[in-house]
Order: sequence, then structure tokens, then C-alpha cells
Amino acid sequence: MQTKRMTFSNSWLPYALLAPQVIVTLIFFIWPASQALYQSFLRQDIFGLRTTFVWFDNFNRLFADPLYLNSLTVTFWFSVGTTVLSMSVALLFAVMVNRMIRSRDSYTTFLVWPYAVAPAIAGVLWWFIFNPSIGIMPYMLKGFGYDWNHRSSSTDAMILVIIAAAWKQISYNFLFFLAGLQSIPQSLIEAAAIDGASRFKRFWTIIFPLLSPITFFLMVVNIVYAMFDTFGVIHATTEGGPAQATNILVYKVYRDGFVNLNLGSSAAQSVILMGIVIVLTVIQFRYIERRVNY
Amino acid sequence: MVENNRWGNLFAHLVLILGVTIVVFPVYVAIIASTHPPGTFIRGVMPLLPGPNALENYRTVITEGRSRAGTPPIGGMLWNSFVMAMAITIGKLSISLLSAFAIVYFRFPFRIFFFWVIFLTLMLPVEVRIVPTFQVVADLGMLNSFAGLSIPLIASATATFLFRQFFMTVPEELMEAARVDGAGPMKFFKDILMPLSITNIAALFVIMFIYGWNQYLWPLLITTDPEYYTIVMGIQRMVTGGDSEPLWHLVMATVVLAALPPILVILFMQRLFVKGLTETEK
Repeated sequence: MQTKRMTFSNSWLPYALLAPQVIVTLIFFIWPASQALYQSFLRQDIFGLRTTFVWFDNFNRLFADPLYLNSLTVTFWFSVGTTVLSMSVALLFAVMVNRMIRSRDSYTTFLVWPYAVAPAIAGVLWWFIFNPSIGIMPYMLKGFGYDWNHRSSSTDAMILVIIAAAWKQISYNFLFFLAGLQSIPQSLIEAAAIDGASRFKRFWTIIFPLLSPITFFLMVVNIVYAMFDTFGVIHATTEGGPAQATNILVYKVYRDGFVNLNLGSSAAQSVILMGIVIVLTVIQFRYIERRVNY
Repeated sequence: MVENNRWGNLFAHLVLILGVTIVVFPVYVAIIASTHPPGTFIRGVMPLLPGPNALENYRTVITEGRSRAGTPPIGGMLWNSFVMAMAITIGKLSISLLSAFAIVYFRFPFRIFFFWVIFLTLMLPVEVRIVPTFQVVADLGMLNSFAGLSIPLIASATATFLFRQFFMTVPEELMEAARVDGAGPMKFFKDILMPLSITNIAALFVIMFIYGWNQYLWPLLITTDPEYYTIVMGIQRMVTGGDSEPLWHLVMATVVLAALPPILVILFMQRLFVKGLTETEK
């Protein structure tokens, strides 16, 4: 890794400069992570008196546990739903805004601010809109003959949390898609237009392929967001219910660790989650190194 | 020039207006709900036009809170959120500036090792190591304190990388000139590097402030004393506290107050916000 050609020479100063960051990292990141790793091999008896080393038993139990398998499925659908919904809506907005000349900035202003809303608040807002007794959406859906109730229907609850999580992420995706669209050379689009390609055809054969690096990048970011940053959405609204239908992995770790006090299982779940984050981070960074245009 | 299609433009405007409506709708509803008396929410559909009770609702949440449900007045929670967000932001920025400076402007043993240690923080978000981190903070006696709310969150790989990248683009001559003039490393850092980084610092400040303000899981874990509740987590207590339907008019007034500061930050510093967002994630 590079430094400047010429550097300061001082034997202790660089360590002193790094110390605050490294100390915080060691105490609050690396030590707890290694503890999680260690605890994932232990099991406490029900009174918390005796701790035994159980090798991979916690992991074996997890993968035999229907609740955990259910949580994996739920997380999968939740991430896919949130990513697809939020990215496609954002791409549509970005393409439309990119056509505008004078009104571009005003539309952008209106579309970016949901980024500032905390996931928990986004959850509460949509929870209110979809409230089965007074919410406006169930009232409208009733007009179409659909009886919305996220307190009893698993599907409804899942749709609710996906909408809340996706809504907040639209701004982020929108900004990146817009930046990507603006970096596409106008000459390519004009050349295609001269050759007689329709607007629709130009989008699918030129613009969309040129956007693919950003699309891929956003996909990874959105999956990470949906898997790890949406704790607030779930906790403030459905609390994993009804019948485990929205019990995503991150929420389950929290429940098992703090409410059910099953430390070994919670630690094993933490370790699995760490594995997932590490894989996703590596994908993201390997890909960023190769990205050339934009 | 590509053909200019009037109907196409009209269609695009329609899509965007519809889109903006959908994006704004939840917050509009929250503002409207916060202006109604409690009776409105007992029957029928939620209102879509403002009611008469705005002042009273906001006064209630700011000064009284809902003591029965265990939520303190909002005023204190807003202040806690502000202190936590500022502490996280300033903490992240200062330790990241210092470590990026060390990594770029010095050669020393274990440099690469330290770089990877910092990089690891990216791979270990709080959400995946909830219980052991809580234990560490509890052992250090930092539960229910501002130190506990902020310090564990101030390590930042993204900010360090961003500053590192920026420092690499600073011309070599500046440092050579500074050295010729007899400036030591800290003087160079303070008088040359910091002023040059000010736009980057400001852009990151916006992003980090929003990050800090919106913290949810962490304050939820380590605050049991209502004195230290932050507003974003306080809302959850209001919604689920008690078995009855939430008092929507008060909940929504709180939601509006909780969402307002970061939204204002984005609206007034949109340029910096966009810069910060697109550059940290690169």
C-alpha cells in the first residue's frame, strides 16, 4: 500500500495517531467478535451454573431448528423484496428525472430526504398508514375487496415491512442511479437515435447495460441494508410476528440473546451473520477495485 | 439531439409527481395526525386534513411525555439524541483524520496490519455481535452514559478510507515545502492538511450526523434509564408501551420531531450530503 514519496520520520507519533481508532476497534469490535466466536462453542445449563464446551453442537442445533430455518427463508424473501422494490422504483425515478432539465433539482430534493428518516420511524409511519382499524390503505384495499390485516396475515406483515424498508432506501438508490445516468456519454445515445432505435430500445440495449456496474454495486449495498440495518423496522412494528413471519436473522439474534437468554445459540447465530457480512464486504470491495467508468 | 417528445415529457412529469406523492405521503400523514385531538383515532379512517390540536399535542409531548407509559418528555430525548449524534460525528471524524494521516504520511512497522485492523470494523456491524458487545460495555461500567452511547460507535473504516484517498491526492510539494520551512508533522496536519480537507469533513459530517441521530439498536440495548433515552428509540416505547392502541396523535407528534432534524440537515446541505454519500460508498 502506498504512502507519500516523502514521509515524516518519527518513531512514536504514527502509533499515537492511530491509537484512538485502534483501541476503540480492539475493545468494541474485535474483542466482542472473538467472544462471540468463543461462546458459540459453549453451552450453559439452564441455571447458568455450568458451562461446557460443545464444539459445533450449537451450529448443528441451529440448522436442525425449524425456527432458524424459517428465519433464513424470511430474511431471504425480505432482502430480495426490499432490494427489488426499492431499486426498480429508484431506477424509474432516476430515468424520469434525468430527462428533465429545469425541474431536475426540485424533483431530486423531494426524493432524497427519506434517507434521513430512521428505519424505526419509517416502520412506524407505514405501520400507521396500514393500521387495520384506522389506516388509509386497509380502507382503500377494502374497496377492492381485500381484507388487510398484518396482525394475523403473514403475507400482509411481510409486505408491510418490505414497503417500509424499501421506502427509506429509495433515495439512496435514486442518487446513485442518477449519477450513473449522467455519466453515460450523450453521444452513444444520439448515435443510437440516429440509427433509429426507439427510446425503449435505447434504454434496454445501451443505458441499462452501461448502468450494470452501479446496479450490481447497489444490489450488494441493498442486501446488506436489508439484512443488517432494518432491525428498527421490525422491532418497532411487527416484532417478528405474526407467527415468526417477519423474524429476520438480526432480530432473532437479539431476541434469543436478550429476551430468551440463550447465549450459546445467539453467539452461533452471530458467527453465521459475521460470515455473511464478510462475504458481502469482500464482494463489494473486490468489485470496487475493478470499477473503471463512473 | 435526441428527439424531444412532448407527450413523453408529460408522462415523465406525471410519473414523478405520483412518485413524489408516494414518497412524501407517510410524512404528510404523520404531520396531519399530529394536529388532531385523541378522539379522531377511535373510529373511522385516519384524517387527511389538519385538525385543531397541533399546539396542544406538541406541548404535551415536549413538556410532559407520557409518564404512565414510562416515556419521559420529548425535550430531554431530543437533547440526548443531539448529544449522541454530535459525539459520534465528532469522534468519528477526529479519529479517522488522525489515523488516515498516520497511514499516508508515515512509514512504520505494522502499518499494513493496522490498516487491516481498521478495515475489519466494516465487517463487524453492531447487529452481528450484539450480546458480547453489550457485555464489554457493561463490564466497563458504561451503561446509561453518553460515553457508552457514543464511543463504541466511533470507529470508522469508511471515513478513514475516504480521508486516506483524499490525502493521497494532496500534492507532494506541499509537504516538501512545509518541511523545508521547518514545520513538524502536527503543524503540517493542522495548518495545511485540515484546511484542505474542510469540504470532505463537512460532507462526512452530514452523513455521520444522520447516522448518529438514527441509531436505534445500540441505545435500545444500553439505556435502561429514561434519562438517557434517545428519541428514535423512545418512539418504540410509545408505540408498544401498554396494551391499548397507541395514542396516535402523540406518537405522530413525536415522530415528526424525531425525523425533523436529520431531514432539515439534508434539505439545507443537499450538495454536501450528496457528495458525502457518493464518496463514502465508493
